[in-house]
Amino acid sequence: MSDPVVQASRAQRQPFVRMRNATMKFAGVTALQALDWDIIPGEVHCLIGENGCGKSTAIKILSGVNIPEEGTVIEIDGTPYPHLTPAQSKALGLHVIYQDLSLFPNLSVAENIAMDDALHSLGRLVNRRQMIERASAALKRLDVHLPLDEKVGSLPIASRQLVAICRGLASDARLLFMDEPTASLTRSEVDSLLGVVRRLKQDGIAIVFVSHRLDEVVEIAERVTVLRDGRKLGTYPAGSLDDRKLGELMTGLQIEHKVRAHDCSAAAPILEVRQLSRRGEFRNVNFTVHKGEVVGITGLLGAGRTELALSIFGMSPPDGGEIRLDGQAMQARSNRDAIDAGIAYVSEDRLSIGVNMRQSVQDNMVLAVLHRLASGIGWVSPASRHATAAKWRDKLRIKIPALEAPVSQLSGGNQQRVVLAKWLATDPKLLILDSPTVGVDIGNKQGIYEIVHSLAELGMSVLMISDEVPEVYYNCDRVLHMRSGEIVDEFVPGRDSEDHIREHVYA
Amino acid sequence: MHSLLTRFKRSSEAYLTAVILLLVVVFGVLTPDFLTLGNWFDLVESYSVTAILAIGLFVVLVTGGIDISFAATASVAQYLAAYAAIRLNMPAPVVLLIGAVTGTLLGCLNAVLIDRLRATAIIITISTMSVYFALLMYFTSGKSIYGLPGWWSDSMVLFEMTTGPDQSVRLTLPIVVMIVVAVGTAFIMNRTSLGRQLYAMGGNPEAARRVGVSLSTMQWFAYGYLGLLAGIAGLLQAHRVGESVPNAMIGGELNVVAAAVLGGASLLGGIGSVSGVVLGILLLAILRNGLNLMGVSPYFFQIVIGTILLASTGITGLSLRRRRVAEA
Repeated sequence: MSDPVVQASRAQRQPFVRMRNATMKFAGVTALQALDWDIIPGEVHCLIGENGCGKSTAIKILSGVNIPEEGTVIEIDGTPYPHLTPAQSKALGLHVIYQDLSLFPNLSVAENIAMDDALHSLGRLVNRRQMIERASAALKRLDVHLPLDEKVGSLPIASRQLVAICRGLASDARLLFMDEPTASLTRSEVDSLLGVVRRLKQDGIAIVFVSHRLDEVVEIAERVTVLRDGRKLGTYPAGSLDDRKLGELMTGLQIEHKVRAHDCSAAAPILEVRQLSRRGEFRNVNFTVHKGEVVGITGLLGAGRTELALSIFGMSPPDGGEIRLDGQAMQARSNRDAIDAGIAYVSEDRLSIGVNMRQSVQDNMVLAVLHRLASGIGWVSPASRHATAAKWRDKLRIKIPALEAPVSQLSGGNQQRVVLAKWLATDPKLLILDSPTVGVDIGNKQGIYEIVHSLAELGMSVLMISDEVPEVYYNCDRVLHMRSGEIVDEFVPGRDSEDHIREHVYA
Repeated sequence: MHSLLTRFKRSSEAYLTAVILLLVVVFGVLTPDFLTLGNWFDLVESYSVTAILAIGLFVVLVTGGIDISFAATASVAQYLAAYAAIRLNMPAPVVLLIGAVTGTLLGCLNAVLIDRLRATAIIITISTMSVYFALLMYFTSGKSIYGLPGWWSDSMVLFEMTTGPDQSVRLTLPIVVMIVVAVGTAFIMNRTSLGRQLYAMGGNPEAARRVGVSLSTMQWFAYGYLGLLAGIAGLLQAHRVGESVPNAMIGGELNVVAAAVLGGASLLGGIGSVSGVVLGILLLAILRNGLNLMGVSPYFFQIVIGTILLASTGITGLSLRRRRVAEA
């Protein structure tokens, strides 16, 4: 990238997509204001911004889903269009890979990749040989191997992503939009995805990433376009940015980056884990969490972090070892026992497991404490439910029109707060947070960190599981590194540098 | 071809084939009549109408939909055709056309309602089942039409072979129609763009919409096709019994659903095959026939059907969960 010759030749190249003055309004509200945006063939371009900044609107204009206001010009290969239809967009080689990948789990890899073949006139016969050829040609271009006959539903998520990319290649894409492509991948999977992206680049295919993970953005992109509140702040060479600067551009806020790292070893131990093992998941795990301490557990996906948390939370009993909570030996046989003992667990997959999307904010918040609010005959008075929910709404500053509003109407960050409130209502001594900010944008992330810090000030002990090193580095007093089911390192942020931790974790 | 074999081993068709073979051996040993070829052909003929309905329902199930109204549709189509033949003296081709078109239209009406009202298919088709059948009973007062013309009700044997004293194998019209429907549907589902789009819709409707599949068109086809096959099934049923009784086909809906699900179709859509459905029918037929020859009460057959359904869905559910655990 730093090669001057390459730089020069790229500058001479005609942009593949040239958007001018793209404006989009929904019911009078401007979602995108006069966007000028170029995408050059063979570049990796990142589009970033907080939720609601206009990223998806810009992509939907290019994919033909949204029709922009008059005055917008979209030039593709030099040909101007006032707007695109979905069919035009596809024919011009613009291909969107949605975050959910839009694959067909019941169909084979080959059928998914060559789906376009089946989209012609309904009566047309399916030529299996041609389908297989098309699919293997696409796989070959990426230099990856996947079983063509296997059903996509039985593939791991990283392979499914490759299938989605291949589908784009099979339909002659020249520009791939990837929405949060790394959100559910492990580090090594991210690395091989980046390898694939490099191959696509060599083929002259442009790639636009939409991502929340700022460190990756900086790592792979050549240029970064930042949007805020529907306006473009600018397009920057990725080399001139780091994740801190990007965060500030996106939010317009000066984000304070300070290491916490209080020494809490003098405080009373709340959670003591001794020689804890569970076959196939983790072994000989020892650590202590003191009162008011935030301890991070980091490591690659599959290192046994979540499994360890679930054992502490009573959902999968350990084979051996001991867990002491507040000095008492714990014999939790179910999560019910663990909740009663004073442990709260906020799951990784908050949207599907953590909240009931259709129920109201209030009903979600009191769910875990219903039995405490109930009178002797099981009657839960509306007033006590309301009071409990209102207390936590105020404490966590959740912005909602009414406590009766369904959770599905809330933004991702506020949903996360509702889940937190649900567990905080149980009055826990220990709060376990599993990947608390996955899919949350940076402004809301900061809000969640602040909540965690103020809870710790109030004397709550927190165990934070995360595979984002910066997250544990800036928000924990101590960081444990878990690898293949064992705790292999202990770091103190500040004493050990962020890079030092990163090197150990990704080594 | 090695992979084809391993895939077959894991498929529900393989389980079904194994269970069927087991039953054949058991019944063959227990009742000597069971293994005669004549018995087999009679058996297949008596299940041909159910099979045609199950194949039609399978197409709807693949899209992730469901239809309970097909028996009512078949009854209406059959009765209108019989009315045209007996009361209006219409010629054979017109009568057949009336049966087929009536079925298709009623099926398409289901599709329109489901598509436009955005309501759950099961509620819509329970409603239309009720309306179609009640209209039929209201206008006919439940009176049957007897004495269908000879071209319709005379048994049609396309091939006959004597296999012994008092024993013969007869390939009759219902069997042939069933085979044609099965082969034709399998072709549509596996070899045409239409079929692949139906499977795609069942697997992930939102993704199908995004790649450009018209979900409305798919529903039109699936429900309309089931309607068409219901019309054909109605005509065939009258052919077999020689009369049109308005409520003759009502009440067997759940057996048809059972056969489709036994054959590997999922109520969630996207999976299953015509061959699986045919094997599912065969399994039901063999069970009923074998138990019958052994002199077991027909209620016992219902118990067995219920148990088998529970077992087969249970196995599917459990293996799915196990796979998920293994992945995690």
